[in-house]
Amino acid sequence: MSGHDSKYFSTTKKGEIPELKEELNSQYKDKRKDAVKKVIAAMTVGKDVSSLFTDVVNCMQTENLELKKLVYLYLINYAKSQPDLAILAVNTFVKDSQDPNPLIRALAVRTMGCIRVDKITEYLCDPLQRCLKDDDPYVRKTAAICVAKLYDINAELVEDRGFLEALKDLISDNNPMVVANAVAALAEIQDSSARPIFEITSHTLSKLLTALNECTEWGQVFILDSLSRYKAADAREAENIVERVTPRLQHANCAVVLSAVKIILLQMELITSTDVVRNLCKKMAPPLVTLLSAEPEIQYVALRNINLIVQKRPTILAHEIKVFFCKYNDPIYVKMEKLEIMIKLASDRNIDQVLLEFKEYATEVDVDFVRKAVRAIGRCAIKLERAAERCISVLLELIKIKVNYVVQEAIIVIKDIFRRYPNTYESIIATLCESLDTLDEPEAKASMIWIIGEYAERIDNADELLESFLETFPEEPALVQLQLLTATVKLFLKKPTEGPQQMIQAVLNNATVETDNPDLRDRAYIYWRLLSTDPEAAKDVVLAEKPVISDDSNQLDSSLLDDLLANISTLSSVYHKPPEAFVSRVKTAPRADDEEFADTAETGYSESPSQGVDGASPSSSAGTSSNVPVKQPAAGAPAAPAPMPDLLGDLMGMDNSIVPVDEPTAPSGPPLPVLLPSTTGQGLQISAQLVRRDGQIFYDISFDNGTQAALDGFMIQFNKNTFGLAAGGPLQVPPLQPGASARTLLLMVVFQNLSPGAPNSLLQVAVKNNQQPVWYFNDKIPMHVFFGEDGKMERTSFLEAWKSLPDDNEFSKEFPASVISSIDATVEHLAASNVFFIAKRKNANKDVLYMSAKIPRGIPFLIELTAAVGVPGVKCAVKTPNKEMVALFFEAMESLLK
Amino acid sequence: MAGAVSALFLLDIKGRVLVWRDYRGDVSALQAERFFTKLLDKEGDSEAHSPVVYDDAGVTYMFIQHNNVFLLTASRQNCNAASILLFLHRVVDVFKHYFEELEEESLRDNFVVVYELLDEMMDFGYPQYTEAKILSEFIKTDAYRMEVSQRPPMAVTNAVSWRSEGIRYKKNEVFLDVVESVNILVNSNGQIVRSDVVGALKMRTYLSGMPECKLGLNDRVLLEAQGRATKGKAIDLDDIKFHQCVRLARFENDRTISFIPPDGSFDLMTYRLSTQVKPLVWVEAQIEKHSRSRIELMVKARSQFKERSTATNVEIEVPVPSDATNPNIRTSMGSAAYAPERDAMVWKVKSFPGGKEYMCRAEFSLPSITAEEAAPEKKAPIRVKFEIPYFTVSGIQVRYLKIIEKSGYQALPWVRYITMAGEYELRLI
Repeated sequence: MSGHDSKYFSTTKKGEIPELKEELNSQYKDKRKDAVKKVIAAMTVGKDVSSLFTDVVNCMQTENLELKKLVYLYLINYAKSQPDLAILAVNTFVKDSQDPNPLIRALAVRTMGCIRVDKITEYLCDPLQRCLKDDDPYVRKTAAICVAKLYDINAELVEDRGFLEALKDLISDNNPMVVANAVAALAEIQDSSARPIFEITSHTLSKLLTALNECTEWGQVFILDSLSRYKAADAREAENIVERVTPRLQHANCAVVLSAVKIILLQMELITSTDVVRNLCKKMAPPLVTLLSAEPEIQYVALRNINLIVQKRPTILAHEIKVFFCKYNDPIYVKMEKLEIMIKLASDRNIDQVLLEFKEYATEVDVDFVRKAVRAIGRCAIKLERAAERCISVLLELIKIKVNYVVQEAIIVIKDIFRRYPNTYESIIATLCESLDTLDEPEAKASMIWIIGEYAERIDNADELLESFLETFPEEPALVQLQLLTATVKLFLKKPTEGPQQMIQAVLNNATVETDNPDLRDRAYIYWRLLSTDPEAAKDVVLAEKPVISDDSNQLDSSLLDDLLANISTLSSVYHKPPEAFVSRVKTAPRADDEEFADTAETGYSESPSQGVDGASPSSSAGTSSNVPVKQPAAGAPAAPAPMPDLLGDLMGMDNSIVPVDEPTAPSGPPLPVLLPSTTGQGLQISAQLVRRDGQIFYDISFDNGTQAALDGFMIQFNKNTFGLAAGGPLQVPPLQPGASARTLLLMVVFQNLSPGAPNSLLQVAVKNNQQPVWYFNDKIPMHVFFGEDGKMERTSFLEAWKSLPDDNEFSKEFPASVISSIDATVEHLAASNVFFIAKRKNANKDVLYMSAKIPRGIPFLIELTAAVGVPGVKCAVKTPNKEMVALFFEAMESLLK
Repeated sequence: MAGAVSALFLLDIKGRVLVWRDYRGDVSALQAERFFTKLLDKEGDSEAHSPVVYDDAGVTYMFIQHNNVFLLTASRQNCNAASILLFLHRVVDVFKHYFEELEEESLRDNFVVVYELLDEMMDFGYPQYTEAKILSEFIKTDAYRMEVSQRPPMAVTNAVSWRSEGIRYKKNEVFLDVVESVNILVNSNGQIVRSDVVGALKMRTYLSGMPECKLGLNDRVLLEAQGRATKGKAIDLDDIKFHQCVRLARFENDRTISFIPPDGSFDLMTYRLSTQVKPLVWVEAQIEKHSRSRIELMVKARSQFKERSTATNVEIEVPVPSDATNPNIRTSMGSAAYAPERDAMVWKVKSFPGGKEYMCRAEFSLPSITAEEAAPEKKAPIRVKFEIPYFTVSGIQVRYLKIIEKSGYQALPWVRYITMAGEYELRLI
């Protein structure tokens, strides 16, 4: 049934567009149809054929279904770029939605919903209303989805026109496919709304369970997934639901099976009878195992989910470990996941067989897989005490093969085994030392050095071994340097002879004077001081007994686990992250934590439980918060590190030293926001704000002395921040008598002390005087102070710049509280802040203003403001090459438009 | 919890977009293409990649590959990964039904139909309908197009969504193939690490009207429930999966397999048995490397099933080093040849009766000089393929297949049994 459409891709000699235009207006039907096909072909290969809009739309009124579909497809693609012309299509749409042929009715309403143009949307409502009540289920099922489309464009409209109720009515429809699509649409709408819209009652529950038996496989997935939100009232109802869902485990569609497993697992939480639970576990095992015969991509999803399931209910698959053994031709991503599950299922009963498998894998060719296999042996050793010895002997056998990366990986895991079982397996150290010269990876080197230091008293030539590493000390990576430092100290404490003494001096010298790594330097100083003040105390500290470790790597925290189990089969369960961590709403400023998420790779074996599950929650870094409330940037940039210690460290180590207070000046102006209230400042109140004057940035700061004593010697310091703001001169505040106040302008410079990481508006300030402790407070950097006087763009260069930036650099945001009461006043007001007016146009009842601004280093912002005069709500769209700054930009604009 | 994909892309082998359908208007084709091309470049072979990838811009990509075409979805929501990936496989099936083969050329040649199908199979990013047979009733390629405007077949929204009404055959027939694949993994010490049997009941139906079918198997649970004396062998099936036409609730209740079949060929059910099976074809290989310049293989193959059965098309693949040359091969049965593209010697025996043992000796030269401590060679296992007609490992039997249609015709069921090798691997030392 092969077609010959490829001819439509060929181009002609004569200019393509004019020729197509001619053909589209041909009087012959066939010629017109061919022309539309050529247009679609051009669109497919990415050519811009939007200029043919009118001509294509003229072909819309046709009896030919194929042609109609093509024109509709064209409309979906280009209506947005030609919103004014798109209105030409409305009439045909409305007419088609009443066509006697249900295919055409459905097609019209389906396509209209895809055209995201406000004007079209207005006309969609009536046809949609009709189609929701159409006689033909094919039209109704399409209309159901269309409500979700409309909600995505204009939620208010959907609610006003009562479409939500109509959609809910469809749950009782007699056609199962209509029910399934209504459920999908409602679930989506519920997801984007905070109000309860779609609540499953016991009544809807039974409707859904009935529809489940009859709708298509994809519809079954929609229904099962939405049922997973239902909380059964009691154990009996839970059992009832499970009973109705269990037959789905026999479905050939893996997605249906996984979604059924999800519901059963969720309802099992409520079921009290242990017999029922045991029985269900028995029932779920075979279908889960069968998932491993599916296509490799599905297997991957299944394995990621099984990983979660065995953490929650280890018994289900306890006897099935063999099915997770890797096949030679399994794709590597499947093998890696199988390995992870094998470790989880390894037990005293099956460890021999599992070790045999791991050993087999450790001689394969894929280096990553081999490493993971070796690591798996180590993790089993740590997990299963009785098997540790056998694991070690397998590791030793592998070391003897002398494949470089196997040896290194083995040494890393053996270090962990030593920590888990101290004083048990040290006899193998001699074998390990044989491979010393082959180590070239930092982690392996560090592990070996740790072993030598830890067991220095048992290794006769420990000093020689360590010395061999010392020669290259300056070139080693930090990880190795730190281990070398500690190991040398241990050696010295255990064997305080002449050799080690010389070594320790060399190391300490290296680590304090010749390094610029503060961690290493600090650790070296601590050791140095310890050793020079009290060697006995040093012994107590350095040689203290270490806590025993356990294998908790990749073990998820139980609340997160429950969260993920409620999301079985979805991306969340594949990533092992809650949906909030990666789901992004469109066309809003990118959230900073999205970027952190990029790393979905598993972290390997780790001693700290937190490492495997970072959960992408940035707030964890803000462990301690100071007494000043931390102002968070609105867009959810990562929280700042605890200000106290950091700031102090920076205060000491900074180049631009603390600025002393000199002559007094007394500027005046509107009152400044209070940043340090007098209650916190023991009577001293500080208010400040960043301002821009004559092309320069100043910190407008005022002090009110509410204490009982005079204060003098004011100094100020700024912590590292996104824009690298720092004091450009001394802070000029006169000595303040009790009750007196002073206000000054401090010149600021930029790009002095930049903080790495995602941009945020946090400015941390420290102020001290001679009488009081140092005060820390947080200020917010209003981005508009950086808008330069050179930010004005010509119309043409604005247009060029707008076009040259890709669409995904465009962001928009609503400022619901802002009102533009007069265009001129707004333009003037914004110009005062260096946001320059370029052009404006009318769009319906709204005005669209185009403006530009520029921040240092020549980063432009191309701005489009849309608002109706006098009506609250301003839509701000911006395009900029620097996406990271968008959140800050919106903040600034919103404050400017207040 | 809901989740829909934003767009579906069909990409060529280099990751360039051939055709794409934007469902929600919140991803860009350019970005997807750029991301995916980078992904392919980074690793060289796409096998290393998991089929679910996240990019920094908050978009998840899921993809599968078929021939020289990648099928890729982009999504911004927490969508059902299993459902979407499976859907992509179904899209492949539909395209194959339409164009015989899915590849770059066939997509280009049929892009109009491709767009029509993408519009019908998914709406707003939600999978809708993937029954190729029914789709082709109202979306036609040029060759079969009718000028009259078509209506959606009832089946699209019916409870029986896989079969249209009004099908007519002169002769009503059903062909039922019971196909069992034996998967086995044998360790280098000769111990069976794992083994299972995956069976499928593959049906081809040529039946008129809306026939009600009922299938009876020698399923132990069913027979015991009916209180029948198990004359002959009854079997335990570990896990059964049914085509969506089978009424699952009914099966759950009384183990009856009842259904209205789709027209044409489909898999009625698949099942799995994880009992230990004796390897049907046992292969042993002795490999001797002589002073790094020469390698000698001695392969013994033994059929371990009853003499009255015969394995056909037996193919034994024994790995050899990648630099082997100058093959010198002798066999006691069949023919063997060096297959350098697979780094293996392939020994084929057309007909291998039960209870027999055959031998194959081979010698290769190894010209390459290897370092003393070279990285280990890729350790591929011996792989075996075979088919044994009229035989099942499980002993499954179709006891009856009743076909009832209101017009009351008589239909002929034809049943055939075959066992074949699935993933059949024997590890070498």
